[in-house]
Amino acid sequence: MKLREALKLDSSGIAKLKDELRAKVDNSLLNAFISLDEAGDGVPIAIKDNIQVKGWSVTAGSKILQGYISPYNATVIDKLKGAGLCAFGRTNMDEFAMGSTTESSYYGKTLNPHDNSCVPGGSSGGSAAAVASGEAIAALGSDTGGSIRQPAAYCGIVGMKPTYGRVSRYGLGAYASSLDQIGPMTQDVEDAALLYDIISGYDQNDSTSADVEYESVVDKLDGNRVLNIGITPSHLENAAPQIQKAYKKAVKALKDAGHNIVECTLLDPKYDISAYYITATAEATTNLARYDGVRYGRRAESDTLEQLYINSRSEGFGDEVKRRILLGNFVLSSGYYDAYYIKAQKVRRVIKDEYAKLFEKVDLILSPVAPTTAPKFGALSDPLQMYLSDIYTIGVNLAGLPAISLPVNKDEDTLPIGLQLIAAPYDEQTLFDGALSLERALETL
Amino acid sequence: MFETVIGLEVHTQLNTQTKLFCSCATSFDQRANLNTCPVCLALPGALPRFNRSVLHKAVSFGTAVDATINRVSHFDRKSYFYPDSPSAYQITQLYTPIVEHGRLEIEPKDADSKIIRINRAHIEADAGKNIHDDSRSKVDLNRAGTPLLEIVSEPDMRSTEEVTLYLKKLHSIVRYLDISDANMQEGSFRVDVNVSIRPKGDDKLYTRVEIKNINSFKFITKAIEIEVERQIDAWEDGVYDEVIVQETRLFDQAAQVTRSMRGKEDSADYRYFLEPDLLKVVVDDEMYESAIEIPELPDAKRARFIDELGLSPYDASVLTSDLYMANYFESMVEDGAGAKMSCVWLSVELQGRLDSSLEESLVDAPKLALLVKRIEDKTISAKAAKEVLDHLCSSKIGVDEAIDKLGLKQISDSSAIEAIVNDVLSANQDKVEQYRAGKDKLFGFFVGQVMKASKGSANPQSVNEILKREL
Ligand SMILES: [Zn+2]
Repeated sequence: MKLREALKLDSSGIAKLKDELRAKVDNSLLNAFISLDEAGDGVPIAIKDNIQVKGWSVTAGSKILQGYISPYNATVIDKLKGAGLCAFGRTNMDEFAMGSTTESSYYGKTLNPHDNSCVPGGSSGGSAAAVASGEAIAALGSDTGGSIRQPAAYCGIVGMKPTYGRVSRYGLGAYASSLDQIGPMTQDVEDAALLYDIISGYDQNDSTSADVEYESVVDKLDGNRVLNIGITPSHLENAAPQIQKAYKKAVKALKDAGHNIVECTLLDPKYDISAYYITATAEATTNLARYDGVRYGRRAESDTLEQLYINSRSEGFGDEVKRRILLGNFVLSSGYYDAYYIKAQKVRRVIKDEYAKLFEKVDLILSPVAPTTAPKFGALSDPLQMYLSDIYTIGVNLAGLPAISLPVNKDEDTLPIGLQLIAAPYDEQTLFDGALSLERALETL
Repeated sequence: MFETVIGLEVHTQLNTQTKLFCSCATSFDQRANLNTCPVCLALPGALPRFNRSVLHKAVSFGTAVDATINRVSHFDRKSYFYPDSPSAYQITQLYTPIVEHGRLEIEPKDADSKIIRINRAHIEADAGKNIHDDSRSKVDLNRAGTPLLEIVSEPDMRSTEEVTLYLKKLHSIVRYLDISDANMQEGSFRVDVNVSIRPKGDDKLYTRVEIKNINSFKFITKAIEIEVERQIDAWEDGVYDEVIVQETRLFDQAAQVTRSMRGKEDSADYRYFLEPDLLKVVVDDEMYESAIEIPELPDAKRARFIDELGLSPYDASVLTSDLYMANYFESMVEDGAGAKMSCVWLSVELQGRLDSSLEESLVDAPKLALLVKRIEDKTISAKAAKEVLDHLCSSKIGVDEAIDKLGLKQISDSSAIEAIVNDVLSANQDKVEQYRAGKDKLFGFFVGQVMKASKGSANPQSVNEILKREL
């Protein structure tokens, strides 16, 4: 059942839907859900474990937050409630959203519904697997460097990252404050637009949220607009052959639908990787400093204050989180700050300007989401290899742009492949219009 | 000979209704951790929201010390682990503070005046409090997130006298601006002292030692003297480089020593960087215009008291050192009491009788003004007025009521005094004759008898005149 159909159900219809979902989750081996918590009445939406729901144990997939019960709702949860939806089930994720496979969760790995030997992607792997397997009709994820779009691509669903500032971050357990955005993960483009509309808008509790009049995208959703769509052939070199093939197929579909295809070049993605990992880890290292065992969460046994900190954090955090905390501390330490952090901010500015220039010529950019399809479990155990797999997604976060990942090879007998459309800041309308057009064009190809 | 080099960091708590980044109340006499919320507890997902009323106060302060106001400033994160800091970073302003390059003028005894430069004043969030009892440590976060203005001077002070003058001036300025309660005992005006020494004539800056935890002007002076002595001893013993290191020391009032403070300050690298959860801080034109409209400051008020009210420089300084006292005094003058009399009766007579603060006194400005006017219109004598004031200080009675009750109304009516004089003279005929025979010393005796008979209420001047005439 699509989200837009569920929104038409009466209360008994919703109750029946919830029963079906409960049964599916109970019988599932995917481990998409950490637990099937519920919060009130309404159309059920699966929630990533880093979004605060009052009364739920919200743990960001980490041991260190075991025992913590959130006393408040994230702004997006209140918005869901206000629109007749409700939080339904906590989905699995990489610990503190740091990862691309959901393997680093304290609760064990989540399986890809299309091939159980493969990862669902990450960090919002649980939300993607739940929607792809029909265990959820729609879900919320969070995207710091591709954490919505990449698992959506690996699992064959639609995942959308809004413009930075469109959706309130209030109540989203922070990974990297200047990059994080909450977004919808759905079965198709129209559902994504619907859920995006519900959770978006200015929030005074998030100072970085954009104080602009919000206009619904669903009301004006138009798959027939003719758009200028930028393609980046040189950018494709790093992608596997089947990704390149899918890309060409999408370009043809867009051409056939009447869009103008414009060839563009993007900055070498190696700059994206450096700027991203310096910025994200610097912010993360301070954002995660509050998890110290003093006020909430899991406290380790210790005789002194110093030991309390060391033991709680050593036992509570997993390897990838520790690695990023160390990296963040290093880039911020005195003597290195200018060489790393300041330089990364300059690179970030260049990337932003580069995109701004591109959007003077085109309405949207078509890009791969990941260089390969979903890898096998353990294949990305080398951290550097994992960081490099983010090359197509992180530029969008660095520049604060909206982007949507959608499946392009649903009918083929392989793992799903997703591609993304990227739009100028705050131009979600064009993003959804173009995505709807591509979705339809692919169906008729 | 050594010279002492001192710079000060003053943390003054801004008197806002709510905290710096959340809407929790800033009152502290509450149950522990009552005034807290997801933001000031640093729960996952909570975000800071800047209380802009703080900005107004900071701009007013900058204006008062002739500083540059940065119309765009930023917040930074300062990282350190300590239980009183829930997020393990303090939100402060390192790279671009709101106020920079200010100055404050002081007047040391043996010099005309001296400028103490103010390096910066920046906005930051206060920490909570750690409470240690026997075997447990507790954390109270009611204070966590309270707005502070940290005012950092250049190392321009050379003596404890200059330090005291600077601090008193700064204290009166924040009080005049009404941006802080600035109560040292309650911790809303906290002073950290940076002290170093150097041979006189040397202009190099040597190792500075920071002293924290001093909560009165008296102890600041003491702490500096003790620390300077420690540094000079080390220098003269030839162990300066080994013993004097850049560190934070706590002043131990009981033992009268400074002690090295180990722990969070230990070789700290605060890893400052731009706070990503907050936007840049912009002072728009409207706020700027309203914030630079500041009330009359102590120096201007002092000059006015001297020029317009004819007070001595000393009296004017005493009255303007405290805003409440200055306002009290002005209100007395507005009520029609003479300036000089008001000054004496406020700063000497009333102050001398107070156990607690002037604010809490039962004698308010209208009452004291009326008392002064009763002296001026000769209703009572100055001596009687002291007795009335004693009474006013201990009960809620009115001035005229007290005069009546104590029977202290002065008799200036000459016929009434004449009657008493005649009674006294006829009762002491022998003395009258002796006086008339040339024993002048007896005049005092007659005055005393008349005052006694009038129970002290006769106007002494009239008594003198009438006695002379009748004798
Ligand atoms: Zn609060």
